[in-house]
Amino acid sequence: MSTTPISGETNVSTVSVSMIFQRLKATNWYEFVIEGLIRLAGVSTIFIVGLIFLFLLREGLPAFLDIPLRQLFGPRWYPIEGRFGIWPLMVGSFIVTVGAVIIAVPLGLTTAIYLGEIAPPWQREILKPFIEVLSGIPSIVLGFLGWVALAPLVQRLGAPTGLTAFTGSLLLAYMSLPTIISISEDALYAVPKEYRDAALAIGATQWQTIWRVVLPAARSGLVIAVMLGIGRAIGETMAVMMVTGNAANIPPLGPGMLFQPVRTMTATIAAEMGEVAKGSLHYNTLFGIGIILFLITLAINSIAGRLVGAQSSRRRGGQL
Amino acid sequence: MENKIEVQNFNFFYGDFQALIDININIKKNQITALIGPSGCGKSTFLRALNRMNDTIPGVRAEGQVLLDGKNIYDPDVDVVDLRQRVGMVFQRPNPFPQSIFDNVAFGPRVLGMARNGNLEEMVRESLEGAALWDEVKHRLHEPALELNPGQQQRLCIARAIAVKPEVILMDEPCSALDPIATLKVEDLMRELARNYTIVIVTHNMQQAARASHWTGFFWLGRLVEFNATEELFRSPKEELTEAYITGRRG
Repeated sequence: MSTTPISGETNVSTVSVSMIFQRLKATNWYEFVIEGLIRLAGVSTIFIVGLIFLFLLREGLPAFLDIPLRQLFGPRWYPIEGRFGIWPLMVGSFIVTVGAVIIAVPLGLTTAIYLGEIAPPWQREILKPFIEVLSGIPSIVLGFLGWVALAPLVQRLGAPTGLTAFTGSLLLAYMSLPTIISISEDALYAVPKEYRDAALAIGATQWQTIWRVVLPAARSGLVIAVMLGIGRAIGETMAVMMVTGNAANIPPLGPGMLFQPVRTMTATIAAEMGEVAKGSLHYNTLFGIGIILFLITLAINSIAGRLVGAQSSRRRGGQL
Repeated sequence: MENKIEVQNFNFFYGDFQALIDININIKKNQITALIGPSGCGKSTFLRALNRMNDTIPGVRAEGQVLLDGKNIYDPDVDVVDLRQRVGMVFQRPNPFPQSIFDNVAFGPRVLGMARNGNLEEMVRESLEGAALWDEVKHRLHEPALELNPGQQQRLCIARAIAVKPEVILMDEPCSALDPIATLKVEDLMRELARNYTIVIVTHNMQQAARASHWTGFFWLGRLVEFNATEELFRSPKEELTEAYITGRRG
């Protein structure tokens, strides 16, 4: 008597197991396809980045091999005479970028602090869309405005010409502001309200609370904001090409160097790529500049990553 | 016994919503006053009205008087920053700054410029001793405060609050995020602190109020239903509502 129910049970369990097995197989297949597609998308991104880098290397490396390094990093950029010294271009990029950072970082951070910590809600509602619009203006339009409106102003300040590194810095600062503002505002927003409450409850003023508690707590986000702003400034081409005067010379060291025309690395590539013979040394050198830009951006990103990583791991160590 | 804080006909509004209705209460100096009641009864709002932390919320309005040593803290000539130095606060969740233990305690003396007249190290040490934390952290003052356990973090917050030498300490459910042992430590500490400070504590936990306080006020729907010596209030409550709440029939 007792065997029947047992065998019945066994039957039931066999059936249900095979059903589960079938369903498992169906989900597995479905999962497999989805997973495969996601993996393909992810891997292809890496693959394409790798290809770009290989291409850059193939086209650019000859410049480093064929031109003596002394000359390559030398002070003369006269492609027609076969002189490919990229030092003036690097100096140009450096001056314009540093100028932009000096203008944009304090302005961007204070704007973010105002928006995030001080402005009443109605003002924030009005100001934030404006900043988003600012980030949407095409760089060529800003470059045009810079050329028509900003350059004459700079010339009136006493520069020999309006098309100077400073003009480029101003424009670049303006272009990197939306990035800096919105990312640092996010970072401030992420600071727990409890920190502000604690500081205020001790008797700190609003400014002391911001300076001594909120800003240090948001530091990693603020670093990212500044780094991305710098990245935006280094990579920008069109607007800078229009307002910096495009003279591949090294301005004499000193505070006046901001008010000299310069030529950046990006502007050089954009200006000369169209008229260069493919495969020539000039062509290779332009790609070589591309490699250097790539390495600079990589360095900035990894420094930012390092700073942020160090910060967050220290903080994570403390949480339970 | 001397009154430290006298609250007279106090009303408080969030926009159109009246959160506190005609509160009258005298808080005794160097005593622990507990405020109990169900969630949303207004006890935390009342606590935050005593150092005007509610001012940070837009659209709030206060009526009536809160007299601290006889001076209404809602008078227009009162400096809120000054008030908050005299009336410190410890919050529900431990909220040390993401800085070192030392910097947390030194924060108040630094922002208030107290460090100039004295030795900052000495002030930090005194405050940590006052919060019964010194022995546990004296060898790692410069390590991140967030590496402490929650009970230590809460005592650090107490040390941070007493570092500016306040007269009153407000505690908003200071033990709700702590385990029973850490809770008992904080309660011991409160009794210790009551020698030098006036303490007002909001708590969900009626046993805590009964154990740790001298005076208890029971809040219900924005009103102070009953206020009495703790022993008296728990042994023979005068109001039916109080009795129902403390015996667990309401709330």
